[in-house]
Amino acid sequence: MLMLVTYDVNTEDRAGCARLRRMAKLCLDYGQRVQFSVFECEVDPAQWEALRHKLVAAMDPQRDSLRFYRLGREGKRRIEHVGIKEPVDLDGPLVV
Amino acid sequence: MRRLLNTLYVTAQGAYLTKDGEAVAVRVEHETRLRVPLHGLGGVVCFGQVSASPALLGACAEADVGVSFLSENGRFLASVRGPVSGNVLLRREQYRRADSAPGRAGLARCFVQGKLLNCRAVVRRALRDHGAGMDAAPLEAVARGFTDMAERAARAATDDSVRGIEGEAAAAYFGVFGQLVRVDDPAFGFTTRSRRPPLDAVNCLLSFLYTLLAHDVRSALEAVGLDPQVGFLHRDRPGRPSLALDVMEEFRPWLADRLVLSLINRKQVRPGDFTRGGTGGVLLTDEARKRVLVAWQARKQEEVTHPFIDEKVAVGLLPHVQALLLARHLRGELDGYPPFLWR
Repeated sequence: MLMLVTYDVNTEDRAGCARLRRMAKLCLDYGQRVQFSVFECEVDPAQWEALRHKLVAAMDPQRDSLRFYRLGREGKRRIEHVGIKEPVDLDGPLVV
Repeated sequence: MRRLLNTLYVTAQGAYLTKDGEAVAVRVEHETRLRVPLHGLGGVVCFGQVSASPALLGACAEADVGVSFLSENGRFLASVRGPVSGNVLLRREQYRRADSAPGRAGLARCFVQGKLLNCRAVVRRALRDHGAGMDAAPLEAVARGFTDMAERAARAATDDSVRGIEGEAAAAYFGVFGQLVRVDDPAFGFTTRSRRPPLDAVNCLLSFLYTLLAHDVRSALEAVGLDPQVGFLHRDRPGRPSLALDVMEEFRPWLADRLVLSLINRKQVRPGDFTRGGTGGVLLTDEARKRVLVAWQARKQEEVTHPFIDEKVAVGLLPHVQALLLARHLRGELDGYPPFLWR
């Protein structure tokens, strides 16, 4: 299933910057960055639980926010991209 | 059903693959060209001057991602896989079966029957599609010949006689294969199968796709815990993935040969896409190789209904389904091994 993860992390102090980096890394382990704090992750339910758990543990609920959008199995079809930085279709042919 | 995992093909010369978090990063000249999380990958296939960091190879081994290294032209060089996994009891049964003459003959019969019937389907399909412009009589004769050989293979007593029938079938099949190429260009003439090196464009494409297929079949066998080296139809030989070659037989005509024919007949590859190497072998150009890989991946994402399990399956998962069926047969849960038959 396709999950969209976005966050707002308060980066006024160094701890905030560390949280931001950590959350970005976690998302990158499971998916790809499509905009600065927007990630698309193609995961199965177990992988999603793991990612969700790690993200929630990494954030500070007093300062940051996380939003998860469940796009489902056919999620790709519901996406339209206009403009620069078109992401790679990780399910399509990967030939470098 | 399992999710069809993607395969990453790296053809950029000088590329270096590193582990970046839980993902593969492909770097070319200090620039990251692509980053793919490991959990969506089933395999990585590297062509030519491509190297990988030990950390990445370790992570791939742990995540069950097979990494194969091929020469620039697609000849298999080596593959890196993690510790042998799966069920030792299953593997023992595989060895016992391969050691016993009736066991070998029984499975060899299944593989060859699968191949024969799929070869027949390829020829018949070509007759149906292009019959008007073809000299149909010899092709129909060959197709009938496959029916007859499949019946003989079913009654064959020893694995050697099965091999004999298989050789006969291959000769008949490649004898008419050239007629299935519908492009009237001498560059795509085909008279006989040649390999190491392939001596013409058609053979070059066949060899290339067989290597890709072998990578997938081998990974599927290892994933269900079978030993890809111990075969039934193919005899043991050091370094040869005999069981992978066995299971490949039923897929060759339907997956690889038909894709070769469509690539040529639909003019997705043209005579200019081939060059002649130093040893007289015919090679694909870099750009054309990428196109073939894209076509191969696209083919694997199509869905078909598997005739035996009667479920919709992505084409790329068929080797996995067949590996599972073979494992089930070896465990005694299925009376015979049902090869994948294309209708």
